[in-house]
Amino acid sequence: TLGKCAHCPSVCVCVFTSVYVVFHFMDGLNAEVEFPRLWDYKSITYILGYLHMTHKNAKRIEGLDKNVWITFTSVAADPTIVNLGQGYPDIPPPSYVKEGLVQAVMVDRLNQYTRGFGHPTLVKALSQVYGKVCGRQIDPFKEILVTVGGYGSLFCSIQGLIEEGDEVIIIEPFFDCYVPMVKMAGAKPVFIPLRLSDRKTDISSADWFLDQDELASKFNSKTKAIIINTPNNPIGKVFTRNELQAIADLCIKHDTLCLSDEVYEWLTYKGHDHVKIATLPGMWDRTITVGSAGKTFSVTGWKLGWSIGPEHLVKHLQTVMQNSLYACPTPLQEAVAQGLLRDYELMGQPDCYFSSLAEELQGKRDRIATILKQAGMNPVIPEGGYFMIADVTALNQHLSHVEDDEPYDYKFIKWMTKEKKLAAIPVTAFCGEESIKHFEKYIRFCFIKQDSTLDAAEAILKNWNKA
Amino acid sequence: MARQLHARRLEGVDKNIWVEFTQLTADYKAVNVGQGFPDFSPPSFIQEAFCSAITGGASMHQYTRGFGHPALVKILAKFFGRIVGRDIDPMEDFQITVGAYQALFCTFQALIDEGDEVIIVEPFFDCYQPMVKMAGGTPSSNLYTLSSADWVLSPEELASNLNPRTKAIVINTPNNPLGKVYQRDELQMIADFCIKHDIICISDEVYEWLTYDGAQHIKIASLPGMWERTVTIGSAGKSFSATGWKVGWAMGPGNIIKHLKTIHQNSVYHCATAAQEAVAMGFQREYDTFGTEDSYFKQLPAQLHKKRLRLAECLRSVGLEPVMPQGGYFMITDISSLQVDLNDPSTKDEPYDFRIVKWLIKEKGLATIPVSGFYSPEHRGNVQNYIRFCFVKVIWFVCI
Repeated sequence: TLGKCAHCPSVCVCVFTSVYVVFHFMDGLNAEVEFPRLWDYKSITYILGYLHMTHKNAKRIEGLDKNVWITFTSVAADPTIVNLGQGYPDIPPPSYVKEGLVQAVMVDRLNQYTRGFGHPTLVKALSQVYGKVCGRQIDPFKEILVTVGGYGSLFCSIQGLIEEGDEVIIIEPFFDCYVPMVKMAGAKPVFIPLRLSDRKTDISSADWFLDQDELASKFNSKTKAIIINTPNNPIGKVFTRNELQAIADLCIKHDTLCLSDEVYEWLTYKGHDHVKIATLPGMWDRTITVGSAGKTFSVTGWKLGWSIGPEHLVKHLQTVMQNSLYACPTPLQEAVAQGLLRDYELMGQPDCYFSSLAEELQGKRDRIATILKQAGMNPVIPEGGYFMIADVTALNQHLSHVEDDEPYDYKFIKWMTKEKKLAAIPVTAFCGEESIKHFEKYIRFCFIKQDSTLDAAEAILKNWNKA
Repeated sequence: MARQLHARRLEGVDKNIWVEFTQLTADYKAVNVGQGFPDFSPPSFIQEAFCSAITGGASMHQYTRGFGHPALVKILAKFFGRIVGRDIDPMEDFQITVGAYQALFCTFQALIDEGDEVIIVEPFFDCYQPMVKMAGGTPSSNLYTLSSADWVLSPEELASNLNPRTKAIVINTPNNPLGKVYQRDELQMIADFCIKHDIICISDEVYEWLTYDGAQHIKIASLPGMWERTVTIGSAGKSFSATGWKVGWAMGPGNIIKHLKTIHQNSVYHCATAAQEAVAMGFQREYDTFGTEDSYFKQLPAQLHKKRLRLAECLRSVGLEPVMPQGGYFMITDISSLQVDLNDPSTKDEPYDFRIVKWLIKEKGLATIPVSGFYSPEHRGNVQNYIRFCFVKVIWFVCI
């Protein structure tokens, strides 16, 4: 009997008995081809796959469809679970920022397209703020691109500057999007892990470092760029001037670009200063620095970020922008500009949000560290950012009954979410295959949370061993 | 640096007509009747919706669902489900994007590989071609020209351009810049072609509500056999006269949209939450008032219908010949009769319409857009005598 393929009316598959299969299809040149053949199951699948190729995805996304956030957002969607997993605040943004947006929306022309590479008020404000921070004149129109979040900046940078045949060095653990973005650009990620020193107690993110010989060995003539993230997500490491100098020396020696993800730049804790690698000698001309309004003003849902760098690099990011989104939303850009101008005037003063947020978070950081220790975990105290990783080895939690062949931290998180109603993120989501064994006993907590959320977490952690 | 800096995918896509002309317009402080955005305010209900979202709780300022804010995809699925006459799955069949522009980008990046061919009907919104190229595809070399006699797509021309690598066709209805609204029989012809040759249809319908003189917008995805092979692109910016919000969507069968999701999650991942919430509220209101006098989607075309007539009169009064659009934001006009002494050496190697547009900006303070920018480089030489006006403006004067 002749049957019709449910998906594709131009293909008819006829199967009778289990021996003969007749294919009858029309090819693109209007000829009908009909032939009886003895096909095995594998050939049929191959042919059907070929015939359905029109709906097949482009090669650039092969293997890139999975994403840790998609997996874990659904796990923690239950409101009874205390969510210290995904990295966004549940504290409110500063009121002047929200008011700025309301005011912008009420101005007619601010509801229409603005300049594609960045709303003039915003790029000028960024030029002021970062000009001061970097100690140099930054051209608002040629050296800045406004993007859809720090994420969008990374995308424009990688699409603009990285291609097939390139290698890109990525430091583990890394914000998970770096790898799929590099792969989508056709390039090869080359990993180097941060390694823990011999210290056994009171570990901080400063105890995680790059082995210099190992780092040097990763650079070769194909190395187009290195991606650094300081303060680092998830460990919270704030790279020192010396550490950045070592990276800079290698970049200069090998003529490599540097993509510096600094979205947490304002969130450094007492005794630690954020250093911009672009300000080191010889680095401005080869560095793109990524910043984020979402992280700066606790408005991750605004999705505005920026790339700052020399014209000869930024122009390529602008080309990507003009062929992908064209422009970012106008009223949001205006509001961020107003927020930046307000805090620019207050820089160095206690009520500048850039520093007051860090002060507020320091207290939360210390509190979370204490309660994690009480539960028997070993936290790594971060020097910056709003995440803390903790080693769960000492809890000796047996998870061999959990069937999946996933790393220990994935299983631990799933168990903890279900049994303890507390959500966190597995740190192996932030590393390559080969480093899983170094990181699978760590889980990541986000502490930019209201006191009530931290209270709830404390209650769970205090009672950890009493179950 | 000694080595080549930029990725090869940027080659040939670095020029952009909007970047060039908005810059010139700003430099000369010209009246902008070229670029497609309204100079009047969005309807107050939509501005209020945005304000209400902004003051509506902490979650409005943090990340929402990457593939689209739940409130928005749910109302869009209901709204378009009613129009298209099918159950559309809000979670599977939509990707919300930063404007329709990004929806187009996700579509090309998700589906076009090196060597794939994409048929683009000329004249076309200029971004289609560089987006196809950046994805490694080839815009079809014999691009279809809507024959200027009657602006109709010929089935023979369409069929003669097919080859084994043809992956997709891009249509835009109502069309920018012509203002053509494709009729059912034309869409059926394109549909038959797509089905016969198993091609994907990318249908840019950002101006879907803006049809005049009784012309009806028809969604090609609603024709038999087409839902499963069509990506329909829409725009909140054009629907609600708020182009600066940059909220758009791609709608289609889940097995195709899933690939767009992969691009989106590896490029921008999320779109702004509060803007999506506001658009959701706008669509809820339009769902409730659809077809009535209170519907903005009915009021806006009625308002623009008059502006369109006024502009046409204005152009005729100075001896120009406009092409009356059936839909959209734009009107093109033949400028052959203009007697202009073009003595600007900086533009001497450019097409005639580019030169006229630049002269108008610099000498008359009026910014329009040259229509040859909407043609492929190979065909640009044949169409140098049209410029494009946007009539979605309150202020209207032409002084030539």
